[in-house]
This record gives sequence, C-alpha cells and structure tokens, in this order.
Amino acid sequence: MLEIKNLHVKVGDKEILKGLNLSLAAGQVHAIMGPNGSGKSTLSYVLAGRAGYDITQGTITYNGEDLGALAPEARAAKGVFLAMQYPVEIPGVTTMMFLKSALNAQRRARGEKELDAIGVLKIVRQKAATLNVSEEMLKRALNVGFSGGEKKRLEILQMKLFEPKLAILDETDSGLDIDALKLVAEGVNSLRDPSRAMLVITHYQRLLDYIVPDRIHVLAKGKIVAEGGKELAKELEAKGYDQIIKDAA
Amino acid sequence: MSSAADTKNTVAALGEKYKYGFVTEIETEKAPKGLNEDTVRYVSAKKNEPAWMLEWRLAAFKRWLDMKEPSWARVHYPKIDYQNAYYYAAPKQTPKLQSLDEVDPKLLETYKKLGIPLNEQMALAGVAVDAVFDSVSVATTFKEKLNEVGVIFCPISEAIRDYPEMVQKYLGTVVPVTDNFFATLNSAVFSDGTFVYVPKGVRCPMELSTYFRINASETGQFERTLIIADEGSYVSYLEGCTAPKRDENQLHAAVVELVALEGAEIKYSTVQNWYPGDENGVGGIFNFVTKRGDCRGDRSKISWTQVETGSAITWKYPSCILRGDGSVGEFYSIAIANHYQQADTGTKMIHIGKNTRSRIISKGISAGKAHNTYRGLVSVLGKADNARNFTQCDSLLIGKECGAHTVPYIESRNPSAKIEHEATTSKIADDQLFYCLQRGLGQEEAVALIVNGFCKEVLQQLPMEFAVEAQKLVGISLEGSVG
Repeated sequence: MLEIKNLHVKVGDKEILKGLNLSLAAGQVHAIMGPNGSGKSTLSYVLAGRAGYDITQGTITYNGEDLGALAPEARAAKGVFLAMQYPVEIPGVTTMMFLKSALNAQRRARGEKELDAIGVLKIVRQKAATLNVSEEMLKRALNVGFSGGEKKRLEILQMKLFEPKLAILDETDSGLDIDALKLVAEGVNSLRDPSRAMLVITHYQRLLDYIVPDRIHVLAKGKIVAEGGKELAKELEAKGYDQIIKDAA
Repeated sequence: MSSAADTKNTVAALGEKYKYGFVTEIETEKAPKGLNEDTVRYVSAKKNEPAWMLEWRLAAFKRWLDMKEPSWARVHYPKIDYQNAYYYAAPKQTPKLQSLDEVDPKLLETYKKLGIPLNEQMALAGVAVDAVFDSVSVATTFKEKLNEVGVIFCPISEAIRDYPEMVQKYLGTVVPVTDNFFATLNSAVFSDGTFVYVPKGVRCPMELSTYFRINASETGQFERTLIIADEGSYVSYLEGCTAPKRDENQLHAAVVELVALEGAEIKYSTVQNWYPGDENGVGGIFNFVTKRGDCRGDRSKISWTQVETGSAITWKYPSCILRGDGSVGEFYSIAIANHYQQADTGTKMIHIGKNTRSRIISKGISAGKAHNTYRGLVSVLGKADNARNFTQCDSLLIGKECGAHTVPYIESRNPSAKIEHEATTSKIADDQLFYCLQRGLGQEEAVALIVNGFCKEVLQQLPMEFAVEAQKLVGISLEGSVG
C-alpha cells in the first residue's frame, strides 16, 4: 500500500530525511520509533502533504500513485489520515460543524453523496460513544479549551469517522495519562482491518504495549537504522536509542 | 513541491469570480450628465415631487457647493469628478404596474440571478422585498399583508407624495442636511429608497428587505432610507447590495435614518456586496454612506448588523444617538477587504440619556493588499449617568501584504460611565490551514470555515434566512486570498 524509496526531504534549507526507505502493506500496523529530532514528525507531515516539506529526492508511492503529486486534501479524500500530535484550535467553528464539513468534502471529492446534518450526527454519535466523547464536546469550538486527552480522543474519533486506508498516528500518546492512553489504543485497535494500514509514530515503547505493531522501524538522523518485530521495542527500552543506533552502524 | 504549485494554480483560477458581475441589457432613461441645479430639478420633477421637497433639495445642493470632500479616513482614491456622472437612471417603461407579470422579464431575470425570491416562495420565507433597480422601485410585494397591521413599506418617492407630513416631520432629523459632504450630496440628488413606518405597539409580521442594484454605467446611486418605529413597535429590516462589474468606479452615497420612539426596537442588517474591483484594483464601487439611528424615546433600541464584503472603498459608520433614558445601541460588523479593497468603517455611540448602554463587536478581515480600518467613537455626555459601553475589535490578517488598523476614540464627560475596550489581531495560522486540508477541506473552503468561525458572533445577529447567504459570501469574497 505504501512504498517509500530513498526519500529526501528538506524543510527550508535543512535536510531532515536523508534516504528513508519503508514498505507498509494493507492490514499491517508498523511503528516508527526514534529519538527527538530524528525526523519522525517530518515523515508524518510529508506523507500528509504539509506545505514547506519539500521532497528533493526519492518517491512515495501510495496504492500505485505518486503521493507527492497530490494536494493534501486530495490525499485525505483518498484515505490518508494523520492524527496530529498537536491538534489545532479553530475558534467559532463547532466540532460538529467541522466534522460535517470535512466528511462531506471528502465524500464530494470521491464523487459520493453528501450527508445532511442529521445523517452526520447519527454516525458521529455512534462512533463517539466508545471514545467517551460527549455531545457537549461536539458543540464546543474545535479543540478550543479541550484538555490534552480530549484533543487526542477527538483525533481518534475523526479517524473512525473518515475510515482511512492509511492512518498515521503522530505521537498520539504524548500528554496522555494511562486511562486516556488505553481508550485511545482501544479506538485504534478497533480499526485494525485487513484493508487498512497504520503507521504509529512514537518516542516511547509504552504505547506499543497497547497497540502491538507487526513491525518496528527505528528512525535516526533521517534514515531507518534498525528494523524488527515487536520485541525490538523492549530492546530499545532496555538499551536506549544510542546503543541501538551504534549497534546498527 | 508540485502539490503546492497545483494548489496555487487552482486558487488563482478561482480568484476572478464575481458572481454578480453581469449587466442587464435594458433601456434606461437618464438625466443629462453632470451636476447642477437643473439636475436637482430634473430628479425632483421625474418623481413628481411637491414643491417643499424640491426646495429642500435645492437648499442642500447650495450648501454642498461650499463643502469639501472629507479626507480624514484611511482610504486613497483618485479625485471623483462629480460632473462626469449621471445622477438619475431608470428603466424605461410604463409607470404603474399592477402585478409582477407586467415587469420587464429581463429585470426579473436579473433578480433571479441575484437570488432574490421575488415570487410565491417569498411567502414561505416570510420576506417582503421592495426591489430598487437603479433609481426606481419596480415591484413591491406583500404590501397588503403589511397594510393589515398598518405598517407602511414603500419607496420613499411614494411616501413623499402619499405621507408628506410624516416625511417632513422626520426626514433630515437624524442626519441633518448639512451633516457631511456625501450626506448633503445625497440630500440634493437622492433618487429613491425605502420608507418604513411601524405604528404604535405593532410588531412587524415579517422581515422587510430591499435589494438595491446599480445597473446603468457611470451612474451614481443615492438612495435614501427612512425608518420610523413608533412607540413600543418592532421592525427588522435587511438590505442587500450588488452591482455589475465595470472598469470605472461608481459612486454610491446613501443616507439611512432610523428613528426609534419610546420602547421601540429597530434591527437593521446590511449585506453589502457591491463590486469590489478586480484583483488589480481596477474598478469597483466607492461606497460613502451615512447611516445613523436615533433612539429618541426612553428604553428604545437600535441594532446595526453589517456584513461588508464588497466595494473598492467603504466609508461607513452606522451610529446610534442614545437620547432616550435606558436606550440601547448595538453595532455588529464584519468587514472583509481583499486584493486592493479599502475599508474604513466603524460606529459612533453617543450616550446622551441616563442608563444608556452600547455594545460594539467589530470583526475586520484583511487579505491580499487590502487595508481595513476600524474607526469608532464612544462618547458619554455629561448627563448620561451610568452609561455603559463594551467594545470588542478583532482583526484577522491573511497573507503578508495587507493591513489592519484600529482607531477607537473614547470621550467621557460623566464619571459614572463604564467603558470597556478589547482588541485583538491575529493571523490564519499555517497549522490551522494544514489541519483543515488534512481532513479533506479545500484551501478556499478551509479559509471560509476559519473566517466564518472568527465572525460567528456577528453572523449570529443576522436574520436566519440571510445568515446562510452571508456565510457563503464570506467565503466567496476571500477566494484567491491564500496561495
């Protein structure tokens, strides 16, 4: 589903990703782990198409298509979803209104029929129940005054709502207490599906106790330096990034 | 990155889209070009006005000759040649129309394009439309229903003939003939407009609405509106404005006067979408408008809501004179300036009576190379004990070449006054935009959503039927602002 080859990415004048290779098949959950500044967030942004993250070399192929050639909203309509580390606030726009606009924009782009407010509300309510997202939260302005946990739960709610083909979770565990973490992990696990691929980006091994990946890639200085099964997370926890990176070199 | 380039192209392609930029091919009757005493007489004669009205106009014209165009606003424009314009234009046709069927189909087609529901649907929407095409009202609907409760809703030219005492009693009492250069010009040459009278204790059964439209080329439009809400009455009035796309600038100098007697309430909403000029700043309407409401009676209330998205230049300060004790003035404003548009707009709240309250919520949005100025005055006079004002001015910037300016004046001559002023300036952040795009919204849609959120407090003040239109307009007027 996702094939990244020799990816080089610049932000401004600085090269952040320096020849990254990654292959992710449908039905798989992979984790990207790495120290701060290794390029984890850059990878998630470049996959989602954020302006200012320029591919200077290499390719990203998504379901046979050149992902780099698509506008960010087109990628979303084709099933690319990024759960963000820092979900932004949009004052004056209710969460429900935002969900409806976004869902319908995606449906429109795919040539599907748009849903009316009641139709969207029905689906949202049903998905929201398991995530402990209240009606009251849906009426508040998007992410405005939300706690860290509420923001992350809303990200997962959107993931459930949009039913992406490729879901990227950027440090979804940051700022969560253990209860919130479990709730979020359950949400993610419920979306595991043979037709869906997920890329879980995290700094800590903790999240991977709850979302067990099929494969782990260690990212350092813009490249994948080590790969392995789920046991690699434990090894990282025990040895630390420095040692693993040294071992790999 | 190619996706960014793609987006830019798409956005650029969307840039030039003024939905109302069509011209209706229809024969018009015009006054000779230029402005002199004869022009004033011509306009007055065309309207079959009584002598007192002509005298009033001539006095205004004489006064105007000695007045100077104001230059204190933060707007720049080439000198207006007042002699190089027509001051009267009307569709050529038989004068009296009994029903809509008699109206020129081309006119109706124009209204259709404008989206004015001038048919049975209006009954469902509960909207009565007094449509002003250039200088003449061509169709007035729902008159009968309003007649039942005694509400007068008609072209002002008709009111001058049919209700002369009322017009004489109130015309020019809120905006004096000599008020300012543009108001005085309007007093001399105003061609038509709307007159509303709501009798004592009557709650007007429907929203009243007028669409003004400038169609003829090189024509100034000078409409005059007078609304009187008698004791304990209520009326909500909405005006919408569009004009066709032309290379030259057209002058629009309107005067609106509102009078609220004891316990009366007037809600006046404007959606102004005159042609703003193209993205290089060519063409567009010069909008110099004087709007003022007089809370003449105790416990009266006047509320202005405006959505200003059009015009090359907007110079407009809908104000409230809070004369009656316990009277309330409100001003809710959204002003959007894109490309080379210039907006200098705000309000004046003059607290004269005791326990008077005013509230100002202003949302200014600047994009492209546009400049947007909030200019406001809150004045508390000596006898206005316990006067209160709350002002909130928020500015939103889109891009790096636009400007937002806030010029609030506060004068208080009474120590018991409580005046609060809050102001913020913000930008649409890259991360907000990216977040929306990532969730599937297009660039334009994302900007419209964020800006509508920013304007929410004001949009909520609009009558339901128009709030949706206004939201769309906010999006349309910012097309091409992000690239």
